[in-house]
Amino acid sequence: MEAIRVEDLTKHFEGIVAVNQIRFEVKQGELFGLLGPNGAGKTTTINLLATLLKPTSGRAWVAGYDILTERNQVRRSIGIVFQDPALDVKLTGRENLEFHAMMYGYSKAERQIKIKEVLKLVDLEDKADLLVEKYSGGMKRRLEIARGLIHEPKVLFLDEPTLGLDAQTRRKIWEYIKKLNQEKKVTIILTTHYLEEADYLCQKVAIMDRGVIIAMDEPQKLKDMLGGDILSFELENNYYSGRWQEKLKNLPWVKSFSWENNSFSLTTELGERRIPEIMEMARQEGLAIKSVHLHKPSLEDVYLYFTGRKIRDEDGILETRNQRAKRLSWRR
Amino acid sequence: MISWTAVYVLWLREIKRFSRARSRVLGSLAMPIFFMVSLGLGLNQVALPGLERNIGYLSFLVPGIIGMSLLFSSAFAGLSVLWDKEFGFLKEIMVAPVNRLSIVIGRVTGGTSIVIFQAIIILLFSFFLGFKFPGLFFLGLAFIFMILISLTFLGLGLIFASLMKDMQGFSLVMNFVIFPLFLLSGALYPIRNLPTSIRFLAYFDPLTYGVDGLRWSLLQMSSFPWILDLSFMVLFSLIMLGLGAFLFERQEST
Repeated sequence: MEAIRVEDLTKHFEGIVAVNQIRFEVKQGELFGLLGPNGAGKTTTINLLATLLKPTSGRAWVAGYDILTERNQVRRSIGIVFQDPALDVKLTGRENLEFHAMMYGYSKAERQIKIKEVLKLVDLEDKADLLVEKYSGGMKRRLEIARGLIHEPKVLFLDEPTLGLDAQTRRKIWEYIKKLNQEKKVTIILTTHYLEEADYLCQKVAIMDRGVIIAMDEPQKLKDMLGGDILSFELENNYYSGRWQEKLKNLPWVKSFSWENNSFSLTTELGERRIPEIMEMARQEGLAIKSVHLHKPSLEDVYLYFTGRKIRDEDGILETRNQRAKRLSWRR
Repeated sequence: MISWTAVYVLWLREIKRFSRARSRVLGSLAMPIFFMVSLGLGLNQVALPGLERNIGYLSFLVPGIIGMSLLFSSAFAGLSVLWDKEFGFLKEIMVAPVNRLSIVIGRVTGGTSIVIFQAIIILLFSFFLGFKFPGLFFLGLAFIFMILISLTFLGLGLIFASLMKDMQGFSLVMNFVIFPLFLLSGALYPIRNLPTSIRFLAYFDPLTYGVDGLRWSLLQMSSFPWILDLSFMVLFSLIMLGLGAFLFERQEST
């Protein structure tokens, strides 16, 4: 059984199509990423799967339960970390966890064990009794992740888990997410508009744009679709040799080849392994190579390839989640 | 099915938050007490038409000020759902496997506990100013009226909180709904002193019956029979809470 199955899920908001007939499946234990720019429909998808919104049409199952007819079972099976903070800042970290565990029906003894365990997982044991309003952005996120795990969900949703965090904290959160997925075998679905995040964390990525999924596969396979790495060689002087060109073009692993004044480039898989080979060939030919450049395609290239646009960070990295929450709430 | 654990959690949350916010405790008591001291003592010698001779203005005012405190604090507690919306905490509650009626009941019991606690402090303070102890039976009746007033306006706050998306409408509700409800209710003067057309409006104000019921419980003077006050308050609280719960349940939670 898949952890998540989505069939033609659609959500309209007052005439605007936020999510348009998307379909995908997530295997149990998978770390699945929804990648796309702001407004692509990622958060709406998460909210639909978490039963916070009702779909306009289409169906979906989370942990085997129908999101329309078995809402309570779905809620019991999932943990969720929202894009905007959802903590009570007037309570301590421990109280936030405690109240959550009570809502999910854990006894006092069970709660103590669980809370200790999740606090340890996110390294917040020594800050647990501080009021959350004293926490930093990274600590709040970690607390939210801990809270999402208390009731041992089968599926954990992380909506932009590192939005607004600095690079160092982001790294740390990534490590927690990886650890969770590997040690606890939790199926994780995360949304992000950071390409390197999806690339680093996810086993499978669905690229969303304007409410539809435009590509879905393992990150490496998506990148391979672009034909592999680009190797560029710069020469010492203007040199043209038809024989050299023929020779390269006839190599079985070269997918494409181009020549400019004093440089040539080719696409191939595993580019780094082909560099010595080409250097040796060039030496035999008497070509003096000045520099070599290897470009590995990123998910950014994949996104560009499918949409013809770049993912822009529309929010700016400096905007914190709190500011964002403020801005969004006024706009509504 | 109602989850009593969820009700307890949300009740406990309200209590903890309240007990930590010292400024909120002080602020919520300051206004009614200032009103009572300045108006009550300042106007105590004034002969207000409609007031029986043996009852001073201070005594007349005490039930009104308790009603005022209940009105403002309850409406505020109901509207505080907007803060949870603003700070995202509402989503965390909404995604838990408990039904929304439990959430409403938890909030309402939490809010009522705090509001009644404040009303008791104000009542105690009024004894200190010279208000006469009405006896245990009548005190019990006063408590019933306090709870009904509190439930009615918590429901009203919840109705507005469910209809609004953010906190922008908060001051609008306070100025155009809550203040008129207070001024029309007869908390400060007998409503029979109002011109007929305005008095007519006062008959639609739940607080009119609430304050009148309180006044009968604490002073044995009232404009309507106390049983009528009680019936109206039960009716109002049921309607407001029912509508509040319905609208809260219906809203989409993101």
